[in-house]
Amino acid sequence: MTAATAERVEARFAPGERVRVLEAAPLGHVRTPWYIRGHRGVIERLCGAFPNPEELAYARPGTPRQPLYRVRFVQKDIWPGYAGHAGDVIEVEIFQHWLIRDEKGAQDAPLRPPWELR
Amino acid sequence: MNEDELGTYQPLTYYQMMEVSLRELLVEKGVITEAEVERAMGEIRARGPERGAKMVARAWLDPAYKARMLADGSKAAEELGFEVPGLKLIVVENTPSVHNVIVCTLCSCYPRMLLGLPPDWYKSRNYRSRVVREPRTVLEEFGTQIPGEVSIRVHDSTADMRYLVLPLRPAATEGFSEDQLAALVRRDDLIGVSVPIQP
Repeated sequence: MTAATAERVEARFAPGERVRVLEAAPLGHVRTPWYIRGHRGVIERLCGAFPNPEELAYARPGTPRQPLYRVRFVQKDIWPGYAGHAGDVIEVEIFQHWLIRDEKGAQDAPLRPPWELR
Repeated sequence: MNEDELGTYQPLTYYQMMEVSLRELLVEKGVITEAEVERAMGEIRARGPERGAKMVARAWLDPAYKARMLADGSKAAEELGFEVPGLKLIVVENTPSVHNVIVCTLCSCYPRMLLGLPPDWYKSRNYRSRVVREPRTVLEEFGTQIPGEVSIRVHDSTADMRYLVLPLRPAATEGFSEDQLAALVRRDDLIGVSVPIQP
């Protein structure tokens, strides 16, 4: 489990690290776009820690606050038949609990989110 | 009742009804006055992209300000006297090899405190779904040709951050004042669907 202080979860990823977005479909209000779920990208920056919108949507405090990252994805990896420059990228804000480290050899690790592994 | 664009009266929607009820209650209880609501609405409607344009013009003239703006957009806005409580602004810089464009695929997140209300197309499903997967085509529809050797960086504003594009300074603007430069910067240039026109 991620270390957490009373109000803020510690950041686990650093800029430049390769990550993968969980391929999950939880019910409720979620701010991870469908088109990016399951894809691999690189941490561009840590934006800070913010109340979890999945809880805020239901009038809960959203604490501990979750680290939020901007993750950079290569467009050609995201869209089949993408027409454009090989250097075209898309950057998306993603909360830490939606990210796993994309380690070599772990490509086929299950992408099920922690709340489904309980 | 509520008049649509064609002048036809339509019943209030659920949320419009909620807004009216809440506002009337707050006025009745003396929490706010009608005049305060009118004034606040007027301010919101009157706000345009001038603040964002001024930040860009300052950045074009002052490299130290530009560096501070790229490091912390919100602080750079405050530095020019713009109050932006709670805004977490990231400024993304266009370069000769990278063009940036902003979208919020999930809703319509937009730096309203700096650019005013978002244009309707920014909130449309068409723009939101297409600019992420075919940015060049969408930009062409706005009349913006991005050369093939320039890469496009799309920013999806999915959570707490808001974005502003710092366009490239147009050629032949040497000696322009800050106000003259700011006048060249349009709202769409700050979203990234266009680039400032050379004067």
